[in-house]
Amino acid sequence: MQDKKSFDFVRFVKSQMLLVAGIVIFLIFGMIEHSFFTQSNIINIFRQIAVIAVMGAGMTYAIIGGNFDLSVGSLLSLCGSVIIMSTNKMGPVAAIVFTLFVGCASGVVTGYICGYLHLNSMVATLGMMNVLQALTLLYSGGNFVSLDNPDIWIVAFGQGNLGIVPISVIVMIIFCVIYGIILTRTVYGHNVKAVGTNPMTCKYSGINDNWVVMTTFIMSGLATAVAAILLATRGGGAQPTMGLGYEFDVITAVILGGADLAGGEGSIYRTFVGALVIGIMKTGFVILGMSVYYQYIAECIIILIAVFLDLRAKGTVRKS
Amino acid sequence: MANTEYLLQMKNIVKTFPGVRALDGAAITVKPGEVVALCGENGAGKSTLMKCLYGSYHADEGEIIYMGQRVDFKTPDEGKEAGIIMVFQELSLIRDLTVAENMFLGSLPHKGFAVDWKKLNDDANAALDELNSSVRGTDYVRDLPISQQQMVEIARGVALGAKILILDEPTSSLTEKEVAALFEIIRKLKAQGVGIIYISHKMDEIFEICDSAVVMRDGKFTGQFVLKDITLDTLIQAMIGRTMDNYFTKANGVVGEEVLKVEGLSVPGVLKDVSFNVRKGEVVGFYGLVGAGRSETMEAIFGVRPYSAGTITLKGEQVKFKGSKEAVKKGIGFVTEDRKQTGLLLPKSCRENMALAALPNIKKGMFVDEDKTLEIYHKYEKIMDIKSPSPEQPIVLLSGGNQQKVIIGKWLCMGPDLVILDEPTRGIDIGAKSEIHKLVASLAEDGLAVIVISSEMPEIMGVSNRIYTMAAGRITAELSGDEITEENLMRNIMVGA
Repeated sequence: MQDKKSFDFVRFVKSQMLLVAGIVIFLIFGMIEHSFFTQSNIINIFRQIAVIAVMGAGMTYAIIGGNFDLSVGSLLSLCGSVIIMSTNKMGPVAAIVFTLFVGCASGVVTGYICGYLHLNSMVATLGMMNVLQALTLLYSGGNFVSLDNPDIWIVAFGQGNLGIVPISVIVMIIFCVIYGIILTRTVYGHNVKAVGTNPMTCKYSGINDNWVVMTTFIMSGLATAVAAILLATRGGGAQPTMGLGYEFDVITAVILGGADLAGGEGSIYRTFVGALVIGIMKTGFVILGMSVYYQYIAECIIILIAVFLDLRAKGTVRKS
Repeated sequence: MANTEYLLQMKNIVKTFPGVRALDGAAITVKPGEVVALCGENGAGKSTLMKCLYGSYHADEGEIIYMGQRVDFKTPDEGKEAGIIMVFQELSLIRDLTVAENMFLGSLPHKGFAVDWKKLNDDANAALDELNSSVRGTDYVRDLPISQQQMVEIARGVALGAKILILDEPTSSLTEKEVAALFEIIRKLKAQGVGIIYISHKMDEIFEICDSAVVMRDGKFTGQFVLKDITLDTLIQAMIGRTMDNYFTKANGVVGEEVLKVEGLSVPGVLKDVSFNVRKGEVVGFYGLVGAGRSETMEAIFGVRPYSAGTITLKGEQVKFKGSKEAVKKGIGFVTEDRKQTGLLLPKSCRENMALAALPNIKKGMFVDEDKTLEIYHKYEKIMDIKSPSPEQPIVLLSGGNQQKVIIGKWLCMGPDLVILDEPTRGIDIGAKSEIHKLVASLAEDGLAVIVISSEMPEIMGVSNRIYTMAAGRITAELSGDEITEENLMRNIMVGA
């Protein structure tokens, strides 16, 4: 009982510490630059993190399942071009369905390679990252693509508001809640955690571990497709390289959220808080007019601290 | 005060961890050339005592007198330096280095900056020769079977100048032939005056190779016995603090219809024409050497190992499972040989581990019914007397016996027709062993078909109603009733091996 309690306590404090750290960073930026505290800026932060949080929810599945998905940045680019170009061709509804399909299909391919062929996910998704980026450039002809009709209703996903709340933020919340419920409450979610902990035990316990690993990549691909719809409709168009570097932010969010990098543990809520911290920092650097290069350095330092704390927490568990 | 008759004396050792008094007046003495068994149930404090000896832990009270001097090693390296070598149950060799590199890791001989390979390999071979081992210094560890890896660990100890060698469950993964070779080495070391501390649960081995036995119970010293003066019963009684008139329990149920029938099962290079059947209400044993194909047979039935020929009939229906999922659905439970690798989710709780296979059945609407998983856990906790501080305790912190009970519970809560137990008592203390034997018998009496694989002869003889022997991928005999004798078993596992 005691062990479990102290263990949970560490986890709890750690996850809430991240929230506290986010608030402290927020206050520091706010004291330097008062416009940081304005309603529009706060809304802007949430709008900013919608993409990272949605993709992070998917990435959480992949990481809990014991893998990394480095292909999400390129997939974001691909799905961005797809949603814009197919909206122009077949209308918004068919375009949304098609984009989600592309996201899932990419997940099936990556998931098959990692789950059934048992290739190392780092290598496999690194390869997929290049393949998907190349596909994007081929598909879009390397051009910026934009909506023929910039006022079509689909732009509401990126630009619309319900009251003062952006629709993208509402989508993010609904999406994360659904992913969270699936992870914590369903048999499937339990199986993802079990497979990430020990796939062999699952293989011998009536769980199809290969299948479960594959589906975690589908969850990640689907999330990325949703994120692409939010991101591309925000500006009404898509650069073929719009997803460049997103995988780093997304993985950072999951790691900040304390997911076990070896698989088995993680939470959508904590990933969301991780995304929030990143959003606050990014917005802060922009508002302070600081170079984006500092932001890269800061993000790297934060990720190292998070991983260090993660190792420390595990060390404590092992000793007990 | 120093008594030179002894190589080692540990007296009145006390070690407390937060909330637990792990050692409470533990003691042991070792004379030069003596093999001392260290026995006790799991959790009795054997490992903790050894850790205090070689410097991994620091005893709170008590004294350690080693070679006439009071010592107090601060780190395992200090202990090693002084000649106290521990050979772990889980081998600690680096797979991708050669045997010689492993043996002298940290003290590789060198000429200038370059490793002196010739001297390294010569020294290693010399130590290996001394043990009559066929392993060479230039062999890669990854190419050696576990038994020879263990040999390398021992040779490393010898090369480092071991005066006391601690062997922790050294035979748990060895075949009988390999065990004999190991004993040969122990006798040789003994003749050289090395003191050996032999930790084991296997009573027959202890009586064969050891001179005396230290028994521990709940961190306390219960006695050090000269083995030739006592009987097995005395020793077991000292360990568990109660008499065990019925060490083994045989199922005495009503044998009913056939549950499983296997005909001509073959896996290229592994199994050849394996046929047998199991009926409701009986315990069927599978006995053979390691590698005879017992586990592989069960894996083929369970759907986790493809087979090239043969038919499997379960409850009158011919089946061929493509994965364990289907097998589980059809009512087969499989307690695997290697708990850590294929049986448990180590960091997860007891409750989660038990509910793992049954989750699809424990639903309220779309979601997992967590209250029900707790209910199930409590039910089997009571039936099997699982000792865990809480259902949420990470299972890695439980003793082997309790872990095994949780795994058995994982299958029982599915209401299976057939339960396969592969080495169900490996690495489990003697008290829990007997509980698991009783449990196996009661399962059969409740009408289940039970298969038990075991490499321990007394166990397989004690629990089975019928025994199939296997050798080199074939079934060599079917024994029941009076035919189940040590001679018959031994003869039939050697056929063609």
